[in-house]
Amino acid sequence: MIAPGRVIKGEKGLEMTVLIVNAITLLLLIFSFRKDKGRTKKVFKMAIKKGLMLLPLLLIIIIIIGVMLVFIPREFIQRYLGGEITLFQMVFVLIAGAIAMIPGIIALPLAGSLVDSGASYVPVAAFITTLTMVGFVTIPVEIQQLGKKITVLRNLLAFVFAVIISLLMGVFM
Amino acid sequence: MKKGEAKLSKTVKVVVMGSAFLIILYQLFPAKTVEVINISGDYGLEMLAILPAVLFLMALVDVWVPPEYIKKYLGKNTGIKGIILAVILGTLPTGPMYVAFPIAAELLKKGAGLKNIIIFLGVWASLKIPQIGIEIQFLGLKFAFLRFIFTLVSVVFIGIIIDYLLKNKARGGEKYVWGEESQQG
Repeated sequence: MIAPGRVIKGEKGLEMTVLIVNAITLLLLIFSFRKDKGRTKKVFKMAIKKGLMLLPLLLIIIIIIGVMLVFIPREFIQRYLGGEITLFQMVFVLIAGAIAMIPGIIALPLAGSLVDSGASYVPVAAFITTLTMVGFVTIPVEIQQLGKKITVLRNLLAFVFAVIISLLMGVFM
Repeated sequence: MKKGEAKLSKTVKVVVMGSAFLIILYQLFPAKTVEVINISGDYGLEMLAILPAVLFLMALVDVWVPPEYIKKYLGKNTGIKGIILAVILGTLPTGPMYVAFPIAAELLKKGAGLKNIIIFLGVWASLKIPQIGIEIQFLGLKFAFLRFIFTLVSVVFIGIIIDYLLKNKARGGEKYVWGEESQQG
C-alpha cells in the first residue's frame, strides 16, 4: 500500500535517468579497464569503500522517509512546508540547510520524499541550496585556508542567493 | 582494513537497531508499519538503482582527474575561458569541500584570479554532475535543470561580487594578501 497522495515514481522519464547514468558508468568503467587495470581496481576499491561508508546513514534515512510519509499527516507537512511561503518557514529551512551536514546523495532523496508528501518546491530548493553552498561546519577550515574575508563573504552571499534561487524555483516550477 | 570493518560493524548496528525499531513499531501499529516497510523499500530500491553507478562515477573521476590536473588548468586561465574552465572543473571532481579549500588556497597564492576560484568552489559545492542524476530521479528533470541554471548564474555572480569587493578594498589602501590571515592563525 502507498501512503495517501504519494506520487509513484518510476515514470518513463525517470527510468531513463537510471538507464542513462548506469550505461554511461558502465561504458566509462570498460574504457577505464582497457586503459589501465591498476587504476580501475582503485576505482572499484574507492566506490565500494564510499558505499560502505554511506550505508548506515542511507539505511537510517530510508527508514526515516518511510516513517515520515506514513506517520506524519500530509496536512502537517503541507501546512509547514507547503502552500504559502512564510518568512518563518524560509528562515527555518535556510538555517537548517546551512547547519546540516548531510551528503547530497542522501539529502536529495529525502528532499524528494518531502515533495511527495506535500512540501512545495521553494523551501525544498532553499534547503538544498544552503545545504550545499553554505557550510557552517566547514567554516573553520575555510577560514584557515582562504582567510576570514573570503569565507564570510562567500557564505553570506551564498545565503542571500539561496533565497533568490529558491524564490525563482517557485516562480518557474 | 580496520576502518572498513568499523564501518561494517556500524552498518550491522544500524540494521539491528532499525529492525528492533520496526518490530516495536509493528507491535504498536501493525498496518502502518507494513506501509512504512513498503515505502522504505520503494525508496531503497530507487536508490539502489542509481547509487552504485553514481559512486563508481565519482571514483572514476577521482582516479582519472587528479587535483594536479585541476590546479594546472585552473591556475593559468583567465577571462571567459577561465570561468568556463572553473565551472567544468568544479562539476567534475567529487571530493568534499575540505578537499577543495586547500586547492583554492594554493591557486590563490600562486596568483590565480579570485573570481574563478570562488566560482570553482561554488560549483564544486553544489553542482556535481553525478549527483544531478540522483536529483533528476528524486525531484524530477525540471527541478534539477532549473536549480542547475539558477545556481550556476548565482555562483558566477558571487564570484564577481567578491572579486569586486576585495579588489576595491585593496585599492583603497588596505593591502590584502591571500593567505595572510591563515598564516597568522
